Amino acid sequence: MSKVLIIAELNGSALNPSTAKCVACAQAVSPDSIDIAVFSHQCADAAATAAGITGVSRVLCIESEANRHPLAAVLAPQAAELAADYDYVFGPSTTFGKDVMPRIAALLGVGQVSDIMSVASPRSFARPVYAGNAVLTVEVPEGKTIVATVRTASWKDAPTGGSASVENASVTAEIPAHTRFVELASEASERPDLQTAKKVISGGRGVGSSENFDLIYQLATKLGAGVGASRAAVDAGYVANDMQVGQTGKIIAPELYIAFGISGAIQHLTGIKDAGTIVAVNKDPEAPIFEIADIGLVGDLFEVLPELEQKL
Amino acid sequence: MNKILICLKRVVDYNVRIRVKPDGDGVVTDGVKMSINPFDEIALEEALRIREAGNAEEIVAVTIGSQDCQQQLRTGLAMGADRAILVESDTEIDPLAAARALHALVEKESPDLVILGKQAIDDDCNQTGQMLAAIWGRPQATFASKLELAGTTAKVTREVDAGLETIEVDLPAVVTSDLRLNEPRYVKLPDIMKAKKKPLENIAVSELLGDTEPQLNAVGWAPPAQRAKGILVDDVDGLIAALREKDLVT
Ligand SMILES: Cc1cc2nc3c(=O)[nH]c(=O)nc-3n(C[C@H](O)[C@H](O)[C@H](O)COP(=O)(O)OP(=O)(O)OC[C@H]3O[C@@H](n4cnc5c(N)ncnc54)[C@H](O)[C@@H]3O)c2cc1C
Repeated sequence: MSKVLIIAELNGSALNPSTAKCVACAQAVSPDSIDIAVFSHQCADAAATAAGITGVSRVLCIESEANRHPLAAVLAPQAAELAADYDYVFGPSTTFGKDVMPRIAALLGVGQVSDIMSVASPRSFARPVYAGNAVLTVEVPEGKTIVATVRTASWKDAPTGGSASVENASVTAEIPAHTRFVELASEASERPDLQTAKKVISGGRGVGSSENFDLIYQLATKLGAGVGASRAAVDAGYVANDMQVGQTGKIIAPELYIAFGISGAIQHLTGIKDAGTIVAVNKDPEAPIFEIADIGLVGDLFEVLPELEQKL
Repeated sequence: MNKILICLKRVVDYNVRIRVKPDGDGVVTDGVKMSINPFDEIALEEALRIREAGNAEEIVAVTIGSQDCQQQLRTGLAMGADRAILVESDTEIDPLAAARALHALVEKESPDLVILGKQAIDDDCNQTGQMLAAIWGRPQATFASKLELAGTTAKVTREVDAGLETIEVDLPAVVTSDLRLNEPRYVKLPDIMKAKKKPLENIAVSELLGDTEPQLNAVGWAPPAQRAKGILVDDVDGLIAALREKDLVT
């Protein structure tokens, strides 16, 4: 009998799609059951979505005012208490999961497998190291709870169509008061979410300014694409931090990725290696991005972008 | 505040092109440039700025690893740390063991703040700070891009997938640094000379931990899957044709 517990990620009161990727990864260890824990002040919406993912046995709602915001210090002791009954505890390798999962692992007194790319056996997993320049397979010794984060770009959503039971769960763990939520500043955007978009258009330092980024946005609108950026573009203040793609930003796997004015540093490339088709537009024919691009165009982005937008 | 502990890890420099050894037993590190993990440099820089603003007395830099790590600690001292501790270990230490060793040091040193990089660019684990905070039973503020101290609390802005989250934590606390927290200073030659006189203490990891049974066993290393070779197109029309052929645009 092996049992998986997945810590759901929420956007407000809705379930983040990363949770369905965790279910897909959980299925790869061939468990007897997969449960999802939803921590929120209002669990209903997310729990209903979670219950509809195929392969899920039970959805556990841990509803309390303390769980209004996803604070690792608050969630971890509750999750660790629930985890006592499980062989596996999985969470997504998003900033949410990266924050809370190691805290859960440490409370359980075990290590963590970060960023599962694939499952080699029920106790061994492949994960990227050195910015994705090597793949390390690790094995968790018998007798230890396996706590892991799931590299969302490596997994497809587990399909919907399930009908798991939804139950309230109560926990007795003491909730610390030493960590308090103040605010979340996010720019409201009508665009497809970078992490789930089928198409992504990105700009780098070559774009030159936040005004010039409008050219990127216009093409993205036309293609219904999400918008990303290199670290250099974020550091220069052209766009917000949540648009950074790469080793230390978001790891994405769209069907189409088009990079304008991005040189292709390894830290950036590691974020796009799983894209279906990579297109690079750069005026420097020697730019390393051309080494991994499926389609390359050597040219000035200020000429290519308007022409492309007009002709599509 | 009295004391800030910062943690440094010695890693393969971020500019090095990583190659997996032919026997799959690791990556090539012989003769490769080693540096302070870039995120840890940012952690140290933040501590220095806090001290320079008159908000901290002492900065202690800690690393866990072999004697070779003295090099990175000396760089940390040259940047401005007051003293350094090398927790000596000849074997790889996993994040949980590192967190346990750091916790043992925290008990001895009683810092008001511990700052670490959010991840090390070798194993890319992103775990140690969170694990230390859990074992210590103190707050964690990970992926920090802004840190403001106010008496016995700190307000930390965090880079999260949805944007920028601000949380308030009671001190002592653990903070892990993101890239945009600051830009680390360059070390000047006179500082390197001065750093030679600063105290560097050696502690065997066994003094802090009992035996360290591994949490994970490495089975093997492999190069990442290669993408098929791409094509170059001459102009926008060529690009559109190539995209249409793959059914990616209409
Ligand atoms: C620890 C660490 C973590 C990092 N994490 C990340 C990460 O997560 N994501 C990330 O992206 N980076 C990351 N970086 C930074 C990375 O190393 C590069 O510095 C960064 O990706 C460069 O961004 P860029 O390609 O936009 O800029 P540049 O390297 O400056 O490239 C700009 C490109 O634009 C081209 N260009 C200029 N003008 C035009 C024009 N008119 N038309 C067409 N092309 C033009 C140039 O030829 C050049 O190739 C990290 C670095 C470190 C040390």
